[in-house]
Amino acid sequence: MLAELFFSFLQIGLFSVGGGYVAIPLIRQQVVETNSWLTMAVFNDLVTIAEMTPGPIGINAATFVGVRTAGLPGAVAASLGFVLPSLVITSLLGWAYYRYRKLEMMRSILGGLRPVVVALIASAALGIAAQVLFGGLAPLLGNTDWLALAVMLGAFLALRLLKWNPILTMLLSGVVYTVSSLILFPG
Amino acid sequence: MAEKTESRSRVLLKLFTGMLGISTFTFGGGFVIVSLMKQKFVDQLHWIDENEMMDLTALAQTAPGPIAVNAAVLVGRRMGGFAGMLAAVLGTVLPPMAVLLALSACYAAFAENRYAALMLKGMQAGVAAVIFGVVWDLGRKAADSPLHIVLMAAAFVAAFVFKVNVVLLLALAVLISILAVLLQQRGQKNAG
Repeated sequence: MLAELFFSFLQIGLFSVGGGYVAIPLIRQQVVETNSWLTMAVFNDLVTIAEMTPGPIGINAATFVGVRTAGLPGAVAASLGFVLPSLVITSLLGWAYYRYRKLEMMRSILGGLRPVVVALIASAALGIAAQVLFGGLAPLLGNTDWLALAVMLGAFLALRLLKWNPILTMLLSGVVYTVSSLILFPG
Repeated sequence: MAEKTESRSRVLLKLFTGMLGISTFTFGGGFVIVSLMKQKFVDQLHWIDENEMMDLTALAQTAPGPIAVNAAVLVGRRMGGFAGMLAAVLGTVLPPMAVLLALSACYAAFAENRYAALMLKGMQAGVAAVIFGVVWDLGRKAADSPLHIVLMAAAFVAAFVFKVNVVLLLALAVLISILAVLLQQRGQKNAG
């Protein structure tokens, strides 16, 4: 069982190129269809939990499936399988990067990749902001969570002007939002 | 020699605790964690510069597996070799494992809890603020030529509006950069 978990999640790690949205269908295929470790309903719960908890969905899934099928050793085996391709392939890429980044052609390619990386991060930020402000609805004034907007702006100013620690700022944002929601909208 | 070992073990410790802290409080995709890594390793510890952080992000995105783990591999390896890689990856992986182990028994109650939902939403508002700040810093650095400004705008529209595959976008940027160099070299040859 441990070996099956390990190799299943090794495949998921190896083929999930490009982030969580690619990983979800791969995980479903291995965990629900190929191995029947989870039912579709529990798998959907897992996706919800993964979105609510820290860390990559692959680690969340590996731990959840592993512990349910084979206890703690299962969680470790599945997670180990999942990160192994990352360790090997990313190490090789990193080695090549540090060896060749001074070449003129390489510098030009990296110069062209950086703006795209920024655009991708900006896109992720706007996606999260839209989810927080409009809760998945159309971006209209009537759908706006003004409290969340105030917290977001306050956090931004605290980070940029007062140079607050990011993790502390995030935690405080959560506390401020929870407390003010409970005061403004009790029950 | 003793001093060197100590500073090395301190680097390993900082890699582990740094990633542990970031990973514990990072909700949402890999770009969130990369933004926090930039704050930690570029702004706070001054271990790497902004350009290198963007390069490592591109590599982390291109390699298979989660961006968070890949970025931890790259920064860990750079700062502490093989042991550094293990320290950073362990720090990245332990928090989600611990949380899921705790939740696997009682996940239904957690998913329906009102306080948990409010706390998470407020934290996401904070996360968005953190990432907007990082976008501003990195954007000013990366927009160093007209071509790169156009690339950034086009990539943003492609990713945000048209949801174009991320790996495809990076591959296109590589292609365009190679073409730009070749055209420039040809132009210089013709002029000379």
